[in-house]
This record gives sequence, C-alpha cells and structure tokens, in this order.
Amino acid sequence: MRRFVAVRSVHAIVVLWLVATVAFFLIHAAPGDPFLFESDRVRADVRAQLRERFGYDRPIVEQYGRYLLNVARGEFGYSHSLHVPVREAITERLPRTLLLMGLGMGLSFLLGIRLGVYEVRHRFTWRARVANRASLLMYSLPDFWFAIMMLLVFAYWLPVLPAGQMVDVLHDYMSPGRAAWDRVQHLILPVGTFTLMFTAFLTRYQRAALLDTLPADYVRTARAKGVDERGVVGRHALRNAILPIITLAGLAFPALVGGAVFVEKVFSWPGLGLMAVNAITVRDYPLVLAAVLVSAGMVVLGNLLADVAYAFADPRVRVR
Amino acid sequence: MFAERIATLRSGTRRFDAGARAALVLLLAMYAAALLAPVIAPYAQSEQVDIVRMANHAPTLAHPFGTDRFSRDVLTRVLYGARVSLSIATIAVLVAAVVGTMYGLVAAAFGGVVDTLLMRLLDTMLAIPKVLLLVAVLALWSPMPLWALVLLLGLTGWFDVSRLVRAEALVVREREFVLAAHALGAGRRRVMFRHLLPNVLVPVIVTTTLGIGNVIVLEAGLSFIGIGVREPNASWGTMFYEASEAFAGTWWAALFPGVAIVTTVLCFNVLGDALRAALDPRQLPSASVGTRGAAATSIDVFPGAARNLHSDGGDPSRSLP
Repeated sequence: MRRFVAVRSVHAIVVLWLVATVAFFLIHAAPGDPFLFESDRVRADVRAQLRERFGYDRPIVEQYGRYLLNVARGEFGYSHSLHVPVREAITERLPRTLLLMGLGMGLSFLLGIRLGVYEVRHRFTWRARVANRASLLMYSLPDFWFAIMMLLVFAYWLPVLPAGQMVDVLHDYMSPGRAAWDRVQHLILPVGTFTLMFTAFLTRYQRAALLDTLPADYVRTARAKGVDERGVVGRHALRNAILPIITLAGLAFPALVGGAVFVEKVFSWPGLGLMAVNAITVRDYPLVLAAVLVSAGMVVLGNLLADVAYAFADPRVRVR
Repeated sequence: MFAERIATLRSGTRRFDAGARAALVLLLAMYAAALLAPVIAPYAQSEQVDIVRMANHAPTLAHPFGTDRFSRDVLTRVLYGARVSLSIATIAVLVAAVVGTMYGLVAAAFGGVVDTLLMRLLDTMLAIPKVLLLVAVLALWSPMPLWALVLLLGLTGWFDVSRLVRAEALVVREREFVLAAHALGAGRRRVMFRHLLPNVLVPVIVTTTLGIGNVIVLEAGLSFIGIGVREPNASWGTMFYEASEAFAGTWWAALFPGVAIVTTVLCFNVLGDALRAALDPRQLPSASVGTRGAAATSIDVFPGAARNLHSDGGDPSRSLP
C-alpha cells in the first residue's frame, strides 16, 4: 500500500511539472511583452532597464529554471489589478471555492448514490423512469444557464434568498446567530446549483454501475438465499458498484473546477473562479496563470486521493 | 463487423426508441433551420427594427421571441445563432474525433515505450481543468478569430476519445484476424487503418455524438464569460451573455437562446445514449457479440450488463459535462 501511494505520488509530481511547463511556454508564446509600453514617457533605455531588472533579458532556460523554483515555492508574482502578491490573493480565495465544492460534492454523493439505488431498485416502475429522465435533463442543462434560472426564480420572482456575494452588506453589524444564518442563506443557491448538477451526473453513473453488477454470481447467490430486492441492490450490488464512483469522483474533478467558474460568476461568489474571470478582463496574467496552476494542482491531488481511496477499498488494485 | 451493427440497428428498431427518434428528427430540423436561416428568418440578420419604440419589447405576434435591447428580433438572432453554435460544435468535435482516434490508434498499435509516453502526456492534459486552460489561452490571445476558436476547442477535446480508442484497439489488436494480417506480412500502417480503425469506430461515433452537446455548452459558457464568440458573430452563448445582464426585466432575450442550447444538448445526449445502447459491443452479453438480434431482450432491462467493471477507467469520463 505504501509503495502504491509512493508511485502514484511521483506520477502526480511529474504531471504537475508538465502542467507548469505548459503554462510557462504558453506565456512565452503569447503575443506582447510586459514592457511593451506604447508610451512616450517610457524611453527605450528605461524599458531595457526594466527588462534587465525583472530578468527578461536572461536566456530562456534560466528564466524557465527560476520560474519552476518560484512555482515550487508558491511564488506566482504580483497581481497588478488587486495590488497584492498573487499568493495572498489565492490563499484568500481558495478556501471559499473549496467550501463551495466540498459542500456540493458531499451532498451530491449522499443524494446521487441514493437516487441511483432508488432507480435500480424500482427499475420496472414509472417512478424510476421519471427519475431517470429527470436526471438526464439535469445532466444536459448548462451550469451557467441553470444558475441564472435559479437566481431568477429564488432571488427575483420569489425574493426569498440573496442574489449573490458571500455575506450581506450589514453582516458585520448582525448578532452572532443572525450572522451565521446570513452565511447559510448566501450558501444555499450556489451550493444548491452545484449539488443538483453533480448529483444528476453521479446518479447516471451510479445507476449504470449498479446495473453492471446485477448479473454477477454473488447477486444471484444473494437472491437464492432469499434476500429481498432492497438488500440485493442496496447492500450486495452497491458494495461493488461504489468503486467506479470513487474513480469517477477523481475524473470529474476538472469538470467541477470548471463548473465552479460559472457558478461563482453568476452568484458573485468571491472564489478562485470569479477571480480568474475578473483577472482576464483586466489582463492580469500572473493571476490567471496562478489560478490555472492551482486548480491543476487541485485536480492532480483529487485524482491521487481517488486512486488511494480506490486502492484502499479494493485490494485487487494494490497488487498491480 | 461495423456494417453488421448498423444492420442490427436498422432491424432492431425496438432499441432505438421513440425518444431517440424524436431527438434525431429535432436535431435534423435544427440543422436545416440553421442552414436555411436567411430564407426562413423573419428579419435580416442584425436588423434593428426601431431602436426607440421596439427595444426590449416583450414577445408579440410580429416578434414571437421578443426583441433585444438593440430592437433586434430575437427569433431571427436565435436562427442565425444556430449557424454559429452548431457549426462550431460540429467542426470542433470532428477535429477532436480525428485527432483522438489517431492518437489512440498510434498508442495501441506501437505499444511499449511509445504507449507509456503518450499515455503519461494524456494524463497531464487531462489534469489541466479544460475551462481554465481555455480561459487562459483565450485571455492571452484575445480577440481570437472564429476558426481559431473552433480549432482550439477541437484540439482540447480529443483526450477522452483517444483513451477510448486505445482501450478498444488494445483488445482488437490481440484478435486472430489482426494476428493473421501480421502473419501475412501486413505493415503496421495497414494494420492500423485497415484492421484496427474500422473496429474502433463505434465508440468514436458514440462519444462524438455526446461530445457535440458538451462542446455547445462549453462554447456557450466561454461566450457567457465574454471570451468566446464575439460580435458581430453571435452564438447562442453570446446572446445569452448579452441578455443575462438584465435578464430579470427582459427574460425573453435570455430564455430563448438558453432553451435552444438546452434542447440541442438534450437531443444530442438522448441520441448518444441510444446510439451507445444500439451500437456498443460491450452492451451485448459477451457470449453473443456479433450474433445479431440475440441481445434484444436482456438489453432493455440491463443496459451495459456485460461490461467489465474494471476494464477501462476512462469510460465514465467519456461524457463529462
């Protein structure tokens, strides 16, 4: 087991290094130059001095080496739009995105697995068919469209929930209980959107995975023993059908990070995704690239955890 | 083998159910509408009817979908938007299918070090969140011409295809007819194109169908944050983006492009699922692969019954949102 984790960790580090390299050459291939001012007030010699000071006159191999060292230390440069080091901007916003994704994923797993079991247990009834169609519909809805519709319904037509942001403007003046409720209220719509989208996705795969296990011998044995359908699907089949879902969670991670961008944008949730989108409009490249690198790191870590969880749950994988 | 499965599809219409057929008809209608937009659209492409009196006008008989803030007919714009959205998605997915198939085939046909290297590279590309990578590239190279956007979406969309193709080709590679071809002196290229390629086409067709829906959503999403398709070209995503800023007051300008996106994506997903159920060999009970018709009864109850759970880790990712 320890060996397995070690090998997977080395893979993860190699992948991260490749991602960082891709990002580096992406910046260098991009048109323009940080010191390409079209201004009379910046003379050519000043520009040359700036290039020298920031190391842009060095050979590209040296620039690449320095860049890798900096990324490894978590130094991503300075954000000219937020006027803080990029590292600070990230450490402030990453937890907010993780809160959104963590809550959304947790709820989705609770709901998605149950719904999948429900659809398979009652697979011959019209109710399960309706549930199945509903999850296909949810799965087909674009995340930003769904988010906007939620906003329209619950913040505009029935103004019961706040339309965006993390807390109310008056949050600081509220009593502790009221303030906590305020936070919860602001979480409902973004987390709800996230949960519904990911649940639809999980339900579809949980259902397919369960149906896959039904012809297995141990399911027939269970039936022969007289276990009822609830026990067969909910215990015997589910134990084995839960494995592909673990891998799936790892694989779905990039899509979730992408989804966070849209959900945060619609609900003005001040996380990593909204920061990246805002950074584009003001062309704050260090910030955009740091967002890409950090989220790639999250994806790699997510995959690693999924692999380890899988190996933990299924001894057959460890031997390979 | 492939023709045989198509024949199964034709005869076994029972498995291509009413929903899937409706989706197919609806999609064909949409492509036709997109193609005929200049003929059937009630107004000219960007015609401003009357900026003073008709801006942001609710749906009426003359404007069934209402007008936008520049008094342009929303129905007309949705029809022209179909041209942009559908052609971007279709071409991008075709590019992805070709690149992904070649990549997967090469990995499987060469095997060994080549395979390991190509797969590691693939892992890396899969680790980068696609939306954020596209965001970064589009931000660095903005504004990007339409053809470049299509190419970019295609070149970032083939990873799942190549995984599937490789997994499928690795199985086919060990079959007797491939060994026979090798024994008869067929070169690697001949084996790749003549023997492996026709046998991996089915999963490619299924993923491509599901992929069009995904690319429409992705393009719409990028346009929604203002970096995808830009004026004067307008995809459904661009229209939705423009209208969403004031969606509460003028819901029609955002609703109809949104409904167009949802309908199209839903149709492609329904069709893709039906195609998978009808064509995918792994959906047949393993004992009767290739013996047509034998599958019909058990399939309706247990889709994917014969699929080996651990055979390919890449499978669930084939249609990530």
